[in-house]
Amino acid sequence: MEHIRTPKVEQVRLLDRFSNKSASGTLHLTATHLIFVESNADAAQEIWILHHHIGSVEKLSLTTSGCPLVIQCRNFRVVHFVVQRERDCHDIYSSLLRLLRPVSYEELYAFSYNPKQNEQQREEGWQLIDLGAEFERMGVPCDQWQLTDVNRNYKICETYPRDLYVPITASKPIIVGSSKFRSKGRFPVLTYFYQEKKAAVCRCSQPLSGFSARCLEDESMLQAISKANHNSRFVYVMDTRPKLNAMANRAAGKGYENEDNYSNIRFQFVGIENIHVMRTSLQKLLEVVGTRSLSVNDYLLGLESSGWLRHVKAVLDAAIFLTKAVTVEGASVLVHCSDGWDRTAQVCSLGALLMDPYYRTINGFMVLIEKDWISFGHKFADRCDQLDGDPKEVSPVFTQFLECVWQLTEQFPQAFEFNEWLLLQIHEHVHSCQYGNFLANNQRQREELQLKDRTHSLWAFLLSEGQNYLNPAFCHTYAETHPVLEPSTLPCHLKFWRNMYHQFDRSMHPRQSVLKNVLTLKESNRQLEDTIMKLEAVSTLLTTEAWHQPPHPRPPEEAKKCCSDTERTVEGSSGSERKESYGDLQGTYGAKVEPAVVSLEFGVARMTC
Amino acid sequence: MEFAELIKTPRVDGVVLRRPFLPTVEGTLCLTGHHLILSSRQDNTEELWLLHANIDAIEKRFVGSLGTIIVKCKDLRVIQLDIPGMEECLNIASSIEVLSTLDSVSLMYPLFYRPMFQVIEDGWKSFLPEDAFKDLESMTEEWRLSDVNKDYSVCSSYPPLVAVPKDVDDDTLRKAAAFRHGGRFPVLSYYHKKNGMVMMRSGQPLTGTNGRRCKEDEKLINATLRAGKRGYIIDTRTVSVAQQAKARGGGFESEANYPQWRRIHKAIERSSILQESLIKLVEACNDQSHSMDRWLSKLEASNWQTHVKEILTTACLAAQCIDREGASVLVHGTEGTDSTLQVTSLAQIILDPACRTIQGFQALVEREWLQAGHPFQQRCSQSAYSNSKPRCEAPVFLLFLDCVWQILRQFPCSFQFSQHFLVLLFEHTYASQFGTFMGNSASERSKLNLSQKTVSLWSWVNRPQEVERLSNPLYEANCLVIWPSVAPQSLLLWEGVFLRWKRSSRCLDEAYDEMVHIIQYNKELQNKVNNLRRQLGAGEQED
Repeated sequence: MEHIRTPKVEQVRLLDRFSNKSASGTLHLTATHLIFVESNADAAQEIWILHHHIGSVEKLSLTTSGCPLVIQCRNFRVVHFVVQRERDCHDIYSSLLRLLRPVSYEELYAFSYNPKQNEQQREEGWQLIDLGAEFERMGVPCDQWQLTDVNRNYKICETYPRDLYVPITASKPIIVGSSKFRSKGRFPVLTYFYQEKKAAVCRCSQPLSGFSARCLEDESMLQAISKANHNSRFVYVMDTRPKLNAMANRAAGKGYENEDNYSNIRFQFVGIENIHVMRTSLQKLLEVVGTRSLSVNDYLLGLESSGWLRHVKAVLDAAIFLTKAVTVEGASVLVHCSDGWDRTAQVCSLGALLMDPYYRTINGFMVLIEKDWISFGHKFADRCDQLDGDPKEVSPVFTQFLECVWQLTEQFPQAFEFNEWLLLQIHEHVHSCQYGNFLANNQRQREELQLKDRTHSLWAFLLSEGQNYLNPAFCHTYAETHPVLEPSTLPCHLKFWRNMYHQFDRSMHPRQSVLKNVLTLKESNRQLEDTIMKLEAVSTLLTTEAWHQPPHPRPPEEAKKCCSDTERTVEGSSGSERKESYGDLQGTYGAKVEPAVVSLEFGVARMTC
Repeated sequence: MEFAELIKTPRVDGVVLRRPFLPTVEGTLCLTGHHLILSSRQDNTEELWLLHANIDAIEKRFVGSLGTIIVKCKDLRVIQLDIPGMEECLNIASSIEVLSTLDSVSLMYPLFYRPMFQVIEDGWKSFLPEDAFKDLESMTEEWRLSDVNKDYSVCSSYPPLVAVPKDVDDDTLRKAAAFRHGGRFPVLSYYHKKNGMVMMRSGQPLTGTNGRRCKEDEKLINATLRAGKRGYIIDTRTVSVAQQAKARGGGFESEANYPQWRRIHKAIERSSILQESLIKLVEACNDQSHSMDRWLSKLEASNWQTHVKEILTTACLAAQCIDREGASVLVHGTEGTDSTLQVTSLAQIILDPACRTIQGFQALVEREWLQAGHPFQQRCSQSAYSNSKPRCEAPVFLLFLDCVWQILRQFPCSFQFSQHFLVLLFEHTYASQFGTFMGNSASERSKLNLSQKTVSLWSWVNRPQEVERLSNPLYEANCLVIWPSVAPQSLLLWEGVFLRWKRSSRCLDEAYDEMVHIIQYNKELQNKVNNLRRQLGAGEQED
């Protein structure tokens, strides 16, 4: 590829981020990956870094040992190389700079990624999720809600999907009028229907109300939403922004609903900060936790000053508010923020996750992401910086959503069919651009790119290795006993997500994983059950055939094999790690360089927990 | 003194009890010499039996004639009693106050407690120093068991038997003892089988301002070094604190007099600061305000996690010296009864797989805490809620347990016990029906004749059903040294103790049970497969 000046550099040292460990090896630059292969023959580790994962490359000033190159990845991996010759370092640096800034979608990995799959399998992958069927599962269309074709050609709103659900009393003129009164034409539509109380969760963008403007169609639209629910006389309007931000928007001709103009609404601000605050907050958090020899006090103060957990709490609190309004009061709720594709997506999807056990299954969770994030136009391309774009548009909104889900899985260990690895893996691939699902900003762009014809679907890949993502503690009856989750958002119950933000800093992880162990056991149980069936079959065969002739049946070979597989491996610390971690002894004795133990499989996050 | 004199109102009817996670109960409140009992006298409601010794502080409130007593327990639980009648309420409150702060050892509950279970193995005899030494003897001949302290005259906080280098005679020990704080001359704490290195502990040397030295002390610790080898002295205090100690007659080993030893100073805080830290931490955990910033800043200000990190780091350092550097180590702080024991016991958890079993952990607590003279009674007479002025209280042992929990979290399959065992030990150090944690040293316990008059906690713990309850289903013996991560991101707040009463652990418990079920099912299936195989094999042979 023309951008690669030096495909291979030898004698490169990889420095550990938190200790004085280092490893030396060879750096390879391919069209899609930056690969580090350790030269140590015994424990040769390989690190594969997808170009799309690289967030920034920094060349530090030359030192006596060489030229340092620091690479920060969007999956929170940070690697620090030292390249002997400055020229090599510069070549890699400038190649990477070009490679990590693709200018067109066609350059993304998804268009060249080619797993061993035939065309039919690929197509089936894209058919796994059917949002029409999902609305049917919710009980829509019904006597109060219908499918509308107003957006069939993306005429009314180009960032919405083609198929939209609205109250039956919302006529086309009302929809058109309302869409003209909403930012980016994102008028109120149904995103979740709580069948039990016929209460609806609707989403939209902010009204273009300015200081005094009103729109009768928009008012009728809300009226229609209200009327569609006989359980409540009013509909909640949740503005997920802080009041001050919403008021400031009025000066730009936008703003929020005036309760005087809308009959039967209850208006509520919930105060989630905007994408810029979230971006800065996570940056700050990463800076703090990336510090070497961090003290506990600096860590806790850093957690506090970054505000990250405060924001996580705000998002969760909003979702809880939504859930209570719908499930307890039986009221319909309209959620919006400014454009209705960041905070709105977070609150609607988390609310649905709390209300509906289906979304806590692996399939359901995929459907949820497909519905509230992908189809309703969360701007993945902009937020995840898929193409060389405006850095101010980048924001970890989806990461934050995944973290909120993780906090819930920690509080309700039996409620979720999936485990943490699924969340980490989804996060990995939202940024990898290896699958078509998250490319571009909305459905219309995706159709133009013909992603379903030219790329693969992540969901098919995830389902193909579904057993890795199972939560062994998942309880099938939990959904019946706890249809609605009521999480605690007491500050002491929200935790720092080490396995996300330190995913690749293995030295910080527990050395033995309960999850991995129990998953292995579960798999072993399945195999043993199998073996027992086969053995029993053989045994019956023996007793019945014993009269005729002895065919010397043997237990099936595979049964023997799987039995030896069931031995659990206990990972102790290898005894070679953690040298020099406790200070004081450094330098006193000739410290031997220890190989790091991290390795990364091709484009797949290494899961440890 | 009779308990009856202290109990002004022995029983009150119509008392309402509110406690975390359990339904409100109305019933009769009874005060006995050692317990506060509330019973609804109905079959299926749980009664409350609370040891007075477990009560850390009470608060009274009145609304009209309805009185409310908030009882704050040493295990950090808070319960509320609504008592009709102002006089009754006042009487009950003052009785509880007196009964929960009785100083007299002879009135303590363990002396009155009669076990309702069958003692299979007397815990008082489970971990005798002689037995422990037999293990050592099988590994090395360089050490001997000395009874120089048989009448507790050389060191009042040491047990009668201690392990010392074979070449050092009792006279030398006596002289070295005179040079060490509290007479705590260097004794063996741990022998590392892998390389023959040892860990010793002692009190600080009494060098004073004019740099006094003691040849016998030097001889004693040098006797543990192999020819040409150097050792490490880990002083748990910072250099400046150690310097200041000189003014009070204490001090540290100077390079000049101990040329074969390299001294490393760490910064484990003294006990009064730890107590303050616990109080602040518990306050932060009980704070009802819902602001994230406030929680984090209060957690930070408590410094609890800092102490955990510091203690773990020092223990890792000691373990590292022994296992990685192949050097022997002497650990001490000031008295050698607090931070020293945290370090020596944690280092053993890291190094020695035996300490990670249920029996081995008990032996460790017995050896490195009880026999080694940690003053449990002084340290644990008040917990985080008490309003009285703290004297010698400090959560030194609780911090040790917290550190063990952190390692357990990081190596969840390497310990034979679960966190229930650690929580149980925390509870029993503060209030117990057993005599194990009474007194401040082996000598005090022997004077009180506790092994005859009380039941040992170990007698209770080592019954099969209790062992079963405390076991870790994921345990697989791991013979390796386990190095924990001490990064702040790897250390967690011990929810099982500090947030225990904030949220019901039902969800977590059920998930845990499910895991246990999977493990048990696996064993059943394995057995079944083996049996079937055997049957088939037998069938084949018959042919």
